[in-house]
Amino acid sequence: MADLQDIQIIDPGVDESIAKLTPERIEQTINRVLTEESAARLKVYLQTCVHCGLCAEACQSYVSRNGDPDYAPVAKVKDTLWEMVKRKGRVDGDFLHNAARIAFIDCGACRRCSMYCPFGIDISYLIMTVRRILNLLGVVPQYLQDTTNSHAVTMNQMWVQQDDWIDTLMWQEEDAQEELAGTRIPLDKEGADIMYSVIGPEPKILAQLIANMAIIMKVAGADWTMPSADGWDNSNMAMYSGDFETMGRVERLHWERAMKLKVKRVVMGECGHAYRGAVYDGPRWLGWTKPPIPMVHAVEFYYELLKSGRLKIVRKIEEPVTVQDPCNIVRGRGLHDKLRYVVNAICDDFRDMDPRYEHNYCCQAGGGLINCGPPWKVSRMKSNKVKAEQIVGTGAHTVITPCHNCHSGIEDIIGYYKIDAHVSFISELLVKTIELPEV
Amino acid sequence: MTLYDVVRGPLVWIAFIGFFAGMIYRIVAMARLATKDKVVYATYDAKYGARSLLHWVIPFAGRNTRMHPIYTIISYVFHICVLVTPLFVMGHAVMWQESWGIRWWSLPEATADLMSLVVIFACLFFMLRRVVLPQVRNVTDASDYLLAVLVLAPFLTGFVAHQQWLPYRPILIAHIVTGAAALLLIPWTRLIHMIWFPFTRAYMGSEFGSVRHSRDW
Repeated sequence: MADLQDIQIIDPGVDESIAKLTPERIEQTINRVLTEESAARLKVYLQTCVHCGLCAEACQSYVSRNGDPDYAPVAKVKDTLWEMVKRKGRVDGDFLHNAARIAFIDCGACRRCSMYCPFGIDISYLIMTVRRILNLLGVVPQYLQDTTNSHAVTMNQMWVQQDDWIDTLMWQEEDAQEELAGTRIPLDKEGADIMYSVIGPEPKILAQLIANMAIIMKVAGADWTMPSADGWDNSNMAMYSGDFETMGRVERLHWERAMKLKVKRVVMGECGHAYRGAVYDGPRWLGWTKPPIPMVHAVEFYYELLKSGRLKIVRKIEEPVTVQDPCNIVRGRGLHDKLRYVVNAICDDFRDMDPRYEHNYCCQAGGGLINCGPPWKVSRMKSNKVKAEQIVGTGAHTVITPCHNCHSGIEDIIGYYKIDAHVSFISELLVKTIELPEV
Repeated sequence: MTLYDVVRGPLVWIAFIGFFAGMIYRIVAMARLATKDKVVYATYDAKYGARSLLHWVIPFAGRNTRMHPIYTIISYVFHICVLVTPLFVMGHAVMWQESWGIRWWSLPEATADLMSLVVIFACLFFMLRRVVLPQVRNVTDASDYLLAVLVLAPFLTGFVAHQQWLPYRPILIAHIVTGAAALLLIPWTRLIHMIWFPFTRAYMGSEFGSVRHSRDW
């Protein structure tokens, strides 16, 4: 039985939108997505699943909620997609309210369950299909819809205006210069080796991270640039709200900006879903087989710089640290070994979580979950007790999180479960530990 | 023409033709539907697809199979027995030889009996699991039990017929009828996982390996 408190949560984006729907519109929308927007994969997955329940233990929400069967991945599909198919789209408002909670709050599309299904059924794809239906019905949690609206209007996630953006970069350049004289954030430098792109929350609430990267680039002697105009934000919450049209616009603009700057590659900051959007979901929606320019995630970039000696570590972090494997760069890109190389280079006492690598549990914040905002926070916390246990099990005081969603999600978990630890991005540790040139 | 002649003759033809025609139809229809799903053919990769398949057909190579050792052993043995027994049981080999003169290797009788019992008990285990485990019970409906019975019936009747515990002829007829029903229904029920398995597994293996550079077991 799903959590009673969670069932009763009212979200205007969900409930007020449902109140405006007619049965005809619900039926038409569901059937259109099921017949016209999806094809072989959906059919095969629905025909193949033998209801064995072997995916249950793959999901952190099922494990964290003491084996409540309603939180098993297969149950989430049963209570959403199976019913929609069985009832041929003739479902009511209560059903949609429940489906929205399941698809937007209880599943982070982390794809861990796909690794536990013997058939390799992509359960996260099935849940994303449910989100797509709900989006077309206008049924999306209000906070998540607000970020999607921001993408649609400003082409970034946090309503950052262009003058604010440039001003923030100049401010961070000055801050970085206080740490290391001569540090620059070169804007619109055509033909640079690297375009560095960040997610909307960096200029808005975590601007220091941009200064960190400027210092790293300066020390490494990189030829880099950042765009002054729209297309600088590589994040994409529209991908998770099911608004694939807006998702496509955001990704197209991001790549067009990189093409205009004629850069050799795009390095992106420490974010997971942005990588997924820019490298996989965006290009697929746009009909491209791959991104037009190679994209390198920060973890891979740091690995390169440390391995080649362009960054030298002179004082290692001594306190015990652990690391969260972000789904979109570990299950999504296999960066777990490079991540550990970087962490071991910076830290003396690294302790792995159990399980780790592709099998590490999701933070229950990515996949748009944390963007659903305050109404759903306690639910998220209840769904990830197992992450708290994993962190406590390592005895580490620092949890390194090379992803914005993991960072915020684990910060929440640490607070909620009162764990004696804090979270950190890699760049925050790098600027403390690398050798800075004498100037 | 007796009832036995009907099930022994035309029904077997119907079952085999229906089974193969159904399978071919499903495969062709799905192959065409897959062209509409932009990513499917673009993603398939022989190396990574095979890598994933290999890890999932070798017991205990994947983490989830290690997490459920009893289920893994029963499920593996069940699937081997369910595929091998009907092909090589002596009674069937004799039919091939009598009808078409095809000589066929056959299993020793005791082995075939044991394999039939494995299938019967595994089906009972799968059904019991549906009652006992909350996460399985929650997603179980009548169709799941019917599928298990559909697989169980020809093996149970075949075993009983061979032991001659009950009047032979009626049980033999029941065996042929339930066997034909199972064959005819495979393409149209979730037993179709028999042919979809390599495709779904290889697709996920390709997506994890070739696109996302990671492992899916």
